[in-house]
Amino acid sequence: MNGSLTFDIAHMLAGGLVLVSFMLLYQDRLYALLNVYALHALVLSLSVAWQAHIQGAPHLYVTAAIALVFKAIVIPMALHRIVRRLGIHRDIEAVVGVGRTMLAGMGLVALSMVVMLRATPEADPLARADLAFALSVVLLGLLVMVTRRNAVSQVVGFMALENGLVLAATGARGMPLVVEISVAFSILIAFIVIGIFLFRIRERFDTVDIGALDQFRGERR
Amino acid sequence: MMEPATILLALIAVLLVTAVAAVAIARLPAATAIVYGACAAVSAVLLAVAVAALIGGRTGQLVLPLGLPWLGAHFRLDSLSAFFLTVVNLGGAAASLYGLGYGRHESAPHRVLPFFAAFLAGMNLVVVAADAFSFLLSWEFMSLASWAMVLTHHRDPDNARAALVYLVMAGFGTMALLLAFGLMAGPGGGYAFEAMRSAAHAPSTTVLVFALMLLGAGSKAGLVPLHVWLPLAHPAAPSHVSALMSGVMTKVAVYGFLRVVFDLMGDPAWWAGIVLLALGGATAVLGILHALMERDLKRLLAYSTIENIGVIFVSLGLALAFSANAMAWAAALALTAALFHVLNHALFKSLLFFGAGAVLTATATRDMERLGGLIHRMPVTSLAFLGGSAAISALPPFNGFVSEWLAFQAILQSPQLPQWGLKILVPAVGGLLALAAALAAAAFVRAFGVTFLGRPRSPASGDAREVDRFSLAAMLALAVLCLLVGILPGFVIDALAPVTRALVGGAMPAQAHVPWLSVVPVAESRSSYNGLLVFLFIAASAWLAAILVHRFASHELRRGPAWDCGFPDPSPATQYTAGSFAQPIRRVFGSVVFQARETVAMPPPGDTAPARLVVEMHDPIWERLYAPIAAAVDFAALRLNRLQFLTIRRYLVLVFLSLVFLLAVLALWS
Repeated sequence: MNGSLTFDIAHMLAGGLVLVSFMLLYQDRLYALLNVYALHALVLSLSVAWQAHIQGAPHLYVTAAIALVFKAIVIPMALHRIVRRLGIHRDIEAVVGVGRTMLAGMGLVALSMVVMLRATPEADPLARADLAFALSVVLLGLLVMVTRRNAVSQVVGFMALENGLVLAATGARGMPLVVEISVAFSILIAFIVIGIFLFRIRERFDTVDIGALDQFRGERR
Repeated sequence: MMEPATILLALIAVLLVTAVAAVAIARLPAATAIVYGACAAVSAVLLAVAVAALIGGRTGQLVLPLGLPWLGAHFRLDSLSAFFLTVVNLGGAAASLYGLGYGRHESAPHRVLPFFAAFLAGMNLVVVAADAFSFLLSWEFMSLASWAMVLTHHRDPDNARAALVYLVMAGFGTMALLLAFGLMAGPGGGYAFEAMRSAAHAPSTTVLVFALMLLGAGSKAGLVPLHVWLPLAHPAAPSHVSALMSGVMTKVAVYGFLRVVFDLMGDPAWWAGIVLLALGGATAVLGILHALMERDLKRLLAYSTIENIGVIFVSLGLALAFSANAMAWAAALALTAALFHVLNHALFKSLLFFGAGAVLTATATRDMERLGGLIHRMPVTSLAFLGGSAAISALPPFNGFVSEWLAFQAILQSPQLPQWGLKILVPAVGGLLALAAALAAAAFVRAFGVTFLGRPRSPASGDAREVDRFSLAAMLALAVLCLLVGILPGFVIDALAPVTRALVGGAMPAQAHVPWLSVVPVAESRSSYNGLLVFLFIAASAWLAAILVHRFASHELRRGPAWDCGFPDPSPATQYTAGSFAQPIRRVFGSVVFQARETVAMPPPGDTAPARLVVEMHDPIWERLYAPIAAAVDFAALRLNRLQFLTIRRYLVLVFLSLVFLLAVLALWS
């Protein structure tokens, strides 16, 4: 296959992930947020699968399958159930305005471009662009965590961040499968732990708005 | 014949096993005897191996598959480490022997025994380690083991404070060492000493490493102004541990400094010598002035350790200055003086701490104002302490005189240096050294006189009993060694020749064939010293004087009121006290250095309360340097305390912003 087309498709998929990250930023309903997250994971699995194809690394298909099954299907469905059981699917949350969040997101993408392009002048151009996109996705995931106050949407931000890590790991050649599997499992465990904590918080405070936790701490101070 | 390095490591492993076993058996009644006995035996064998390696010129190295996987643990025995092994194990064997008796009075032996063996093992390991990782690990092991023993009696708030200051300073020093080794290893990560020695270091790296070694090794050795922990921590430990910390651990710090600055770092510039000379001179004078003002016997000894470290560092500075100017013979003379003083100080400071421990056992106090008259109750301890005092005051024929005399011989070579700065500075530092030596003599006349002579100042002092045989044996053995080394210094100087040859590329002329056991540092026409002659002369003249006095003085029995002219009042409080002995020196030096003020608080007329003489003194270094740092840390901690009470989202924002900030710095900077 033509080298520049290969590059373009990889570029498009990684850029698509950044785009979906932007979509995460302005969702103010939980169901919509979860759906966009599922899309995020789907684009990630496509991107990983493409990397597996062009690098000729069959073990990356496993990573792509993990991303597809767990992140695009199982976890969003589980979160849907949680949201339904908690009865918070009608909640609307916006700590910072959408416009300002988007502007900050653009700034972060620019920053990660500048950092990556400066830091890796000698690297393979494909890997360079991939790394820059991956860093953008990580930063945007963090931005989601920072701008939300609902614990569920913070979990989503955290997992979007982790998707950025996977993108970075698969963009670099020769990343052993063990690393990816361990990252995947750690995220699963984190998801379980956070899920349990959500219910505990809910039991105790009748809300998953972490502002309640702050108030509780404030009383004890 | 096994490799000496293998034997050494096996013996050190035995010490470590002893430490572990001591944890298990510490509460048995026989534990003290078993652990100290084992430590004494192992130290004695280690001492024999080290002396054999030093004299026989045997070297060896060993790489064990421990520690960092790509590095391994390197150990190496060369002349420098053999000499310091000798010092460490001489002190270790003596302290273990002393501990056999002294340790019986310990109220909490399980807090001392495991750490004692571990401490000995740590000091031995530092000296044979030959890569940065093993070195730092052993160094921290040594620090923490001694720290644990400083905390033996942890309920005492003074000890807790001493341990805290010690821990902070030890951590700071190790951090400096870590940075120094990191700089020398370079980006390639050559952490083995072999790689550091062969690497070419940039001049800027050399300067930084030198400064960091001054901080790291200097803080452990007690170089002013990094000495503040030493007079707190050394006396807080049990006395035989104090002896090890003061007599031996400070020498291990000197070893670290020598190893890096003279061996691994490459050639430093000549002005590095100026830094050492100035710091050493200041350390010597300030340390001994503190000692003169002190009324706690063990703290006095700790301050005197600082003075001796100053003397050693002055000699090291001279060696650096000479060696930078390619004057190998003079550098060898100065380095020999430094190493000789290392050995001497290990001998007499251990002896004096043992003596202080014996006094503490017998009277349960370290306060000299409550002691006195012990020479009648504890004659053997007094004799040994007198020997140690004479040695540390650099009186011939004891060993202290030889090393200080060699240091002055090196100072006298300074006019041949080409740099005017050194030509002017070295005699000035020599003056400081002479002042320190004179003040040291005064300090130990005061220490011995107030503690052992006169009449008891407290009932505890009057009822003192001589201590056990083991303690006495350890003290007497060290006192005899002090005298022997003083009488036969030529053998020590010859044994040091391989060390100086390895470090500065020269050696003092061989002393073995100089007739009548004289010592000739440069040339016979310039100066020579014969300890044996001085000893025989002193012995003969004292004997003759005693005979004359007894033969020609009146034998008639006379009776009169006891001490009528000196002591009209029978109360022992009217004697000359430690405070009154120090008062003239306090007036001369203390008013400047310590801002000492004396005020007489007179009661108002008609009040029957006694008038009081109040002496107020300030520690300039603590108040000007450490107190502001502590205040700044407190202030910052108070401000940062608010970070403990942020909301979860604020923490996330904090993490996020710091990440973005660091990325922005990277983007703008690279």
